[in-house]
Amino acid sequence: MIVEIGHFALVLALVLAVAQATLPLIGAQRGIRPWMALAKPAAIGQFCFLALSFAALVHAFVVSDFSVAVVYMHSHSATPLIYKIAAAWGQHEGSLLLWVVILAFFGALVAIFGDNLPPRLKARTLSVQAMIGVAFILFTLFTSNPFARLSPAPFEGEELNPLLQDPGLAFHPPMLYIGYVGFSMAFSFAVAALIEGKVDAAWARWVRPWTLLSWTCLTGGIALGARWAYYELGWGGWWFWDPVENASFMPWLMGTALLHSAIVVEKRDALKAWTLLLSILTFGFSLLGTFLVRSGVITSVHAFAQDPARGVFILGILVLALGGALALFAWRAPTLKAGGMFAPVSRESALMLNNLLIGTLTFTVLLGTLLPLLFDVMDSGDVSVGPPYYKWTFIPISLPLIALAAIGPLLGWKRGNIRQAMRSLWGAGALAAAGFVIALWIDWGREMLAGFGIALGLWLLIGTLVEWAERVRLFRAPPLESWRRIRHLPRAAYGMSLAHAGLAIAIIGITASSAWKMEEIRQMRPGESMTIGSFSYRLESVSGVRGPNYIAEQAHFAVSKDGVPYTDLYPERRQYMVQPMPTTEAAIESHIFGDLYAVIGEGDGKGAWTVRIYEEPLVPWIWTGSILMVLGGIVSISDRRYRVGAPNRQPAALPAKA
Amino acid sequence: MKRKTLRLYLLVISLALLGIATALVLNAFNRELVFFFSPSDIAAERPAAGRMIRLGGLVEVDSLSKLEDGATVSFRVTDLSSSLDVAFRGVLPDLFREGQGVVVQGAFNESGRFVATEVLAKHDENYLPPEVAKALKASGRWQEGAATMGTDGSEP
Repeated sequence: MIVEIGHFALVLALVLAVAQATLPLIGAQRGIRPWMALAKPAAIGQFCFLALSFAALVHAFVVSDFSVAVVYMHSHSATPLIYKIAAAWGQHEGSLLLWVVILAFFGALVAIFGDNLPPRLKARTLSVQAMIGVAFILFTLFTSNPFARLSPAPFEGEELNPLLQDPGLAFHPPMLYIGYVGFSMAFSFAVAALIEGKVDAAWARWVRPWTLLSWTCLTGGIALGARWAYYELGWGGWWFWDPVENASFMPWLMGTALLHSAIVVEKRDALKAWTLLLSILTFGFSLLGTFLVRSGVITSVHAFAQDPARGVFILGILVLALGGALALFAWRAPTLKAGGMFAPVSRESALMLNNLLIGTLTFTVLLGTLLPLLFDVMDSGDVSVGPPYYKWTFIPISLPLIALAAIGPLLGWKRGNIRQAMRSLWGAGALAAAGFVIALWIDWGREMLAGFGIALGLWLLIGTLVEWAERVRLFRAPPLESWRRIRHLPRAAYGMSLAHAGLAIAIIGITASSAWKMEEIRQMRPGESMTIGSFSYRLESVSGVRGPNYIAEQAHFAVSKDGVPYTDLYPERRQYMVQPMPTTEAAIESHIFGDLYAVIGEGDGKGAWTVRIYEEPLVPWIWTGSILMVLGGIVSISDRRYRVGAPNRQPAALPAKA
Repeated sequence: MKRKTLRLYLLVISLALLGIATALVLNAFNRELVFFFSPSDIAAERPAAGRMIRLGGLVEVDSLSKLEDGATVSFRVTDLSSSLDVAFRGVLPDLFREGQGVVVQGAFNESGRFVATEVLAKHDENYLPPEVAKALKASGRWQEGAATMGTDGSEP
C-alpha cells in the first residue's frame, strides 16, 4: 500500500511540475500576478510529494518488501539497516528518484527563501526548474519506475553489491547529487535572466550561494568517492580517470569556473554573457554525466545496467535543455548591456584567464572521456584512455592555473599592479623553488612533473597566506589594528583563503602520492616479514572472522619502525553470503606524512598468502585539502552578503573593496 | 583600453590555449592511446614491444600457474581460436577465474613475452567485458547465453 502511495505521489508531483513549468512563465510574460505567485506553492508542493515518494521507497527497503522489484534486486533481510537505507539510492531507479527529489529540493529552497527576488525573475526561474523536473519525472515513470512490483513476491532479496556496503559510500551519492543537480539552479536562473534580458550584480548575488552550495557538496562527494575507492578497492589508488569519475569531475571544473566568474559579475558588472554561458554549460555537463552513467554507453566499474531506451531518453533531455538554452543565449545575449571595462592586468583579467584555463582543462577531460565512444561509433577499433593521457594533457594545463591562483587575488580590480603582486610573493617563490629542488633530488631523473607539482602547491599555499596577511596588514599595522581587520574581513574572503589553501595542500598530496608511491607484492607465510620504506611488516597470523552478513579471512600484521613496534594492521578479505563475490578490506594507518596500507589476497591453500603492502606518501593531505575546500565553501555561503533575507547594505553596482 | 582591444586579447589567448590543448591532446593520443586486441589480432599482427595495449578474452582452463617467486602468475588468454601467454606480477582481482572473461593491460617486452601491468577487475559474476564479447563473436565462438552481457548495478 505504502509503495502505491509513493508511486501516486510521484504522479502528483509530475502534475504540479507541469503546472509550475507553464503557468508562472506565461504569467510573467503577460503580467498576470496570481499565475506568477503560483510558482511558490507549486514548487513546495512538488518537493513534498517527491519527498513522500522517496520516503515510501526507503520504507520499502527498510521493511524489506521484496515484492518491489528494486528491493528484491538490491537488498536482503540480513543486510544491516544503514545499508538497507543506502540501497534505496544504490541502484539506478532509486538514485534517479533521489536525483529528482534534490532537483525539487533546490526549487523549494528558492521558493521559500527567495522572497527578495523580483517576482518575475522568481516565477521564470522556478518555471525553468520545473521543466527540468517534468523531464526527469517522466523519465523515472516511463523507463525506470522504482515502484514496479513483482508477482509472486520472492522470499529473499539478492543483496546490495558488497562493494557498496560501506559507510562512506552510503553518503557519497546524495552529496554528489546535491552537487551536480544543484547546478540546475544556476541554469534556471541563467535561462530566466535571458528571457528577462537583464543581468546585473544583484542577479549574481542571488545565483552565487546556490552555486556555492552545489560546488561545496560536489567537492565533498567527489572526495568521499575517491576515499572509498582508496580503501575499498584495495588497489592503493584513489582516482582512476574512469569515465564515471570524469562525469562528476567535469561539472566540478565548470562549477569552479562559474563560481569565479560570478564574482566578476557581482563586483564589477562585467563578464555577464560569459557567466550566463557558463551557468548553462555547467548544468549541461551535469546532464552529460547523467547520460554517461545511466545510458550504458561506457563500461565502467560504476556504470548502471545497460538499457538503450534510457540512453535515448536522457540524450533527448540533454539536447533539448542544452540546445534550447544555447539557442536562447545566442538570441538574447547580444542584447545584454555591456558591463564594466578592465585593464589587461587586473583581477578581472586573472579571473577571466582562470575561466579559460579551466575551460581548456574540461575540454581535455571531455575528449579523453568521449574518445573511446567516438572510436566505437566510427568502428575504428576499441581503445581506452588511461591515466597517462591525463598526465600529459590535464597536468601541464593545470600548472599555470595553480600559479595564477596565488597571483590573481593580489591584483586590484580594474587595474592591477603585477610588480607589486610579485614583490609580495617573493617568499612564496623562494619556498617553491626550494620545494622544486628537493622534489627533484628525491626523485632524480625520474619525474620532472613531481617537482612542478610540489613547487606550485607550496607557491599557492604560501601565496594564499601572504594574501590574507596583506589584507589584515599583519605586522605592518599595529597588532590591534590587524586584529580588528582579522575580525572584520568578510567571510567570503576567508572562504577563498581556505579553499585555495585546501587546493594547495591537496595538490601537494596528489603529487607526492602519484610520484612516490611504493608497492610490494609478495607471497608470505605467518612469521615472515618484509620491509618497505622505513617500516617492517611481519605477518603474525591469518584467522577467520565473522561479520553480520559475511565471513572473512583476517590477517594480522605487526608493523615496526627501526625495530620499535609501531602499529598493528588487520586487512580482511571478505566473502559475502548472498552475492558470491569476495571483497578486499584494506588496512590503513595514517600518519602526517603518509599512509601504511596493507591488503591480503588469496591464500594458496598451503599456508601462504599473497599480500600487497603500499607506502602511500602524503595521501592524508589530499583528504585534509578536500575538507578545507569544503569548509571554504561553507564559510563563503555564510557570508552575510548572501544571507537570504538580509537587506542589501550596499548598492548593487558599487565595487566593493573586499 | 578599448573594448575591441580587450576582445582581441581574449580571442588571441583563447585560440592559443585551444592550440596548446589540441597539441597536447594529439601528442597524448599518439603515445598513450591503448588499443584493444584479441589473441587472434595479435597472432595476425603483433604490436611493437613496449607499446601499451589491452588484451581480452577468456582465461584458458588449466593454464594458471604461479612462478617460483610466489607473486608472479602466468596464464593464457584465449578467444578460442588463438591464445597468448600472459605474465603478471601482482594480486589477481577477486573475481579472476579460469574459463571466464578477462581484460589485461600491458605490453610485450623485448623477449616477446606479454607482461601485464594490470588485470582489470570485474565487479560481478555475470559480467563479461563487452570488448571480450566482441572478440569472441569475431572469432566465431560466441554462444548466446553462454555468458550474459551487462554491467553491474553499482555506484551511480
